[in-house]
Amino acid sequence: MRWRLRIDPTACTGHGLCADLLPERIELDEWGFPVIHGDVPASLAGHARRAVRACPALALRLETKPRETTRRERS
Amino acid sequence: MTAGLRRAQTTRRLTVGWQHASRPARLGEHLDLYGPLPSGRHGHPDPRSVIDAVAAAGLTGRGGAGFPTGTKLRAVAGRRGQAVVVANGMESEPASEKDQALLARAPHLVLDGAALAARAVGAQTVHICLDRTRRRQADEMIGAITERWEARLDEAQFLVHELPHRYVSSEETALVRWLNGGEARPTATPPRPYERGVERAPTLVDNVETLAHIGLIARYGPRWFRELGQPDAPGTMLVTTAGAVRQPGVYEIESGTSVGQVLTLADAADVGAVLIGGYFGTWHDPRRVAGLPLTAAGLKAAGAAPGAGVLFALAAGRCGVAETARVLGYLARQSAQQCGPCRFGLPAIATDFAQLAAGRPEGNVLGRLERRLGVIEGRGACRHPDGAVRLAGSALTAFAGDIRAHAAGSPCPAAGRRSLAGLPIPRTEDEWR
Repeated sequence: MRWRLRIDPTACTGHGLCADLLPERIELDEWGFPVIHGDVPASLAGHARRAVRACPALALRLETKPRETTRRERS
Repeated sequence: MTAGLRRAQTTRRLTVGWQHASRPARLGEHLDLYGPLPSGRHGHPDPRSVIDAVAAAGLTGRGGAGFPTGTKLRAVAGRRGQAVVVANGMESEPASEKDQALLARAPHLVLDGAALAARAVGAQTVHICLDRTRRRQADEMIGAITERWEARLDEAQFLVHELPHRYVSSEETALVRWLNGGEARPTATPPRPYERGVERAPTLVDNVETLAHIGLIARYGPRWFRELGQPDAPGTMLVTTAGAVRQPGVYEIESGTSVGQVLTLADAADVGAVLIGGYFGTWHDPRRVAGLPLTAAGLKAAGAAPGAGVLFALAAGRCGVAETARVLGYLARQSAQQCGPCRFGLPAIATDFAQLAAGRPEGNVLGRLERRLGVIEGRGACRHPDGAVRLAGSALTAFAGDIRAHAAGSPCPAAGRRSLAGLPIPRTEDEWR
């Protein structure tokens, strides 16, 4: 299963911990706010979850890929 | 300020009788002009037939996004819970005047559409959102609502709201947040208003021009609506023209009318560049876009979109780099300050453009801009940063030659001049609540 990282941009205050914990997928822009590169494969899911838990603003979320999300919403 | 209305050479629908109107049409005049609203078996049109007619007409939203209105009606009607309707008359785009012109002359057409939409989605309340700096608008709207109330015309209750004057306050989630007692700033989505909006109810947010078209489609039918326009862009639309045109103002055009034809209608003079779609829009060489229809499909290849129907003609000899810098400064100041990429990114690109405009670049301004423009898009709660990036990016292309000269330290002679026929930048700074 593949996962997708989502940022709530209104909650994110640019602490930058996520980029330290998941540099494979998250990079900070010049203002210190995260830019996400691509989906999260199963091999990185543990690191991604750690980054989500570490976010002081609770702005980072890990979601299943869109198709599964749609099915969940419909039920 | 009431927008100047100009005589269009196409069939009049929304604008019938506007030429001589200096005040809003009264209810009697309105009904004489358009006829009564259609009534079904119980004295009101069947909700489903309204949705079907709007869907068959192929009406798309006139607020800028161009989403199919029938699809939106159906989505709201299909949700559980009593729905709410919001009529968006905020028109925060500084270069657009069409909603103000419509509300100043045909408020009952908008209210017809809002009442029909309410009926269609099962709503009892219609919130009408207006800009609080346009006081006359609210007074006139309340006058029109009073006339309808006295005539016992509608089932739904209309409430007029005056919202803060801010560029992003017209965004649909900002309206919902304000109506729920919060600030008129956009919120992160999902949920979209159709899922959870005013008081958590499924909420239909439609632009006032869109609602006015519903008022006509319900009367005359989808086939009538499609008699004008293109198969993929049926009907008519309101456009606002300004800048290097001798007849600026609002026109009703048949959808599919080309950019060049609209510029001719407005009696364009010596046009150096044209801004299509407003401050979230794109700059173009007029010769390249003159033949393109002012529709989503027609403009797509040129990387443009009609937005809320804004065409601004920049006079030849004026500096597009300087104009863009002024608008980017405005858009940066209009950020809701909620999302980092918008809060910091927009002032950064506005500063880069200001350096370019002045011909005093610091460091590699073009390289820096390219990097910054590539990283901001899609990272805000709303589309404000995306719009600013699109405008800036299009300026780099459309004014490529000037940009190189500015970056090399030799700006256009016109860059420093005070712009007389430049893009309007509102001075008022409003609060969020």
